[in-house]
Amino acid sequence: METLERELQELGRVPAPRGFVDRVISAAGVGERYAELETVIGTFFVAWNRAGVTSVGRERPEEGEKADGLPRQLRFDLEGLTEFEQAVLRKTLEIPRGQVRSYSWVAREIGRPRAVRAVGTALANNPIPILIPCHRVVRSDGVIGQYGAGGPEAKRKILDFEGADPDRLARLARQGTRFLGSRTTRIFCLPTCNAARRIQEQNRVPFQDERAAERAGYRPCSRCRPAAQASA
Amino acid sequence: MKAELNERLVRNLDQGFEAMVRDYGQRLFAFAYAMSGNAADAEEVAQDAFVRAHRALRRYDSERIRELQVNAWLHRIALNVLRNRVRRRQPRLVPLEAELQVADAGAGPEGQALNRAAIRELARQLSELPAPHRSAVVLRFVQGLSYQEAASLLGQPEGTVKSNVHRGLAALRRRRHLSEVI
Repeated sequence: METLERELQELGRVPAPRGFVDRVISAAGVGERYAELETVIGTFFVAWNRAGVTSVGRERPEEGEKADGLPRQLRFDLEGLTEFEQAVLRKTLEIPRGQVRSYSWVAREIGRPRAVRAVGTALANNPIPILIPCHRVVRSDGVIGQYGAGGPEAKRKILDFEGADPDRLARLARQGTRFLGSRTTRIFCLPTCNAARRIQEQNRVPFQDERAAERAGYRPCSRCRPAAQASA
Repeated sequence: MKAELNERLVRNLDQGFEAMVRDYGQRLFAFAYAMSGNAADAEEVAQDAFVRAHRALRRYDSERIRELQVNAWLHRIALNVLRNRVRRRQPRLVPLEAELQVADAGAGPEGQALNRAAIRELARQLSELPAPHRSAVVLRFVQGLSYQEAASLLGQPEGTVKSNVHRGLAALRRRRHLSEVI
């Protein structure tokens, strides 16, 4: 190759000035920071930018600056996920600690009652496990279901830690009990609903499905919304 | 590897963007340097191009991001930035450090590298070419694109790009011949 052409090629290898990449990233307003998060299932790394938390993972992020702790206010940056995935994750954020919901509950709540499988997929791809509590979504037959951040065992461990009592859930499911009603209030709930836990044993009525509960004259709880009618 | 970057951008825009700046930052800076002839302008152009790219990516849906030819796309944005700047040549503060680092860049490990003065001289000579010749030469030889890629980027027929490259190279050779004679 001729000298001129070789020299032009060499010009193309001119390195960018020191700090160029960081200046670009900060100019675009996307610099990431990360911090460690200790949990009952091990150490995770939480990464966030100005818009909010972008990921939680086992691996230390390759990029970004290490911070001493999490941001005081947790917001979530779900940019890049589909609208459906975002809806699933935002709904999942509403499930209180110590409680669980089923995949079909999430599907119904976001107005896509047939998309149960897709809800499972969206949760399996949750980029922010732990903080967006996809572990609080389980199968309606009481099986704890898959968990991306460490398998069913990890999922059981967090649920146990949060006080959801997975063994009790499995027991109820084995008996075919999906809802618990209260003889005094005539309201039926999902088993982990706070209201359901306050029902005294002698007043507790198990139901296999919502129709049985409604036939018996019970109406669905407005907090845990165990049945379609409640959210309508 | 390219598809992997696109997937990262779809998955998490900001992390993907950071990876994109790391992967393409040098290339785009070199492009802006060859086109503008000095390091301060080059940094501004390349940075501006990335910021615009980021803004655009926020508006794109996943399909569009998956289909992006990132390299060509970034060059196209940088070209637009360069075009928009042509008429506003005002004096600006030159970050000395940037200039010095570019100057050191030539000292490659093979020892056959251009020295700092030669690199700057070459960039300066390029900046004196008429714009169509300059962009054709830079895309083809500095950035190593094919004629086809350069043509599609510039929105010109391949034949036009070829003849602009030849004219540009010829002008550069004349100039160096002159400077050698003098």
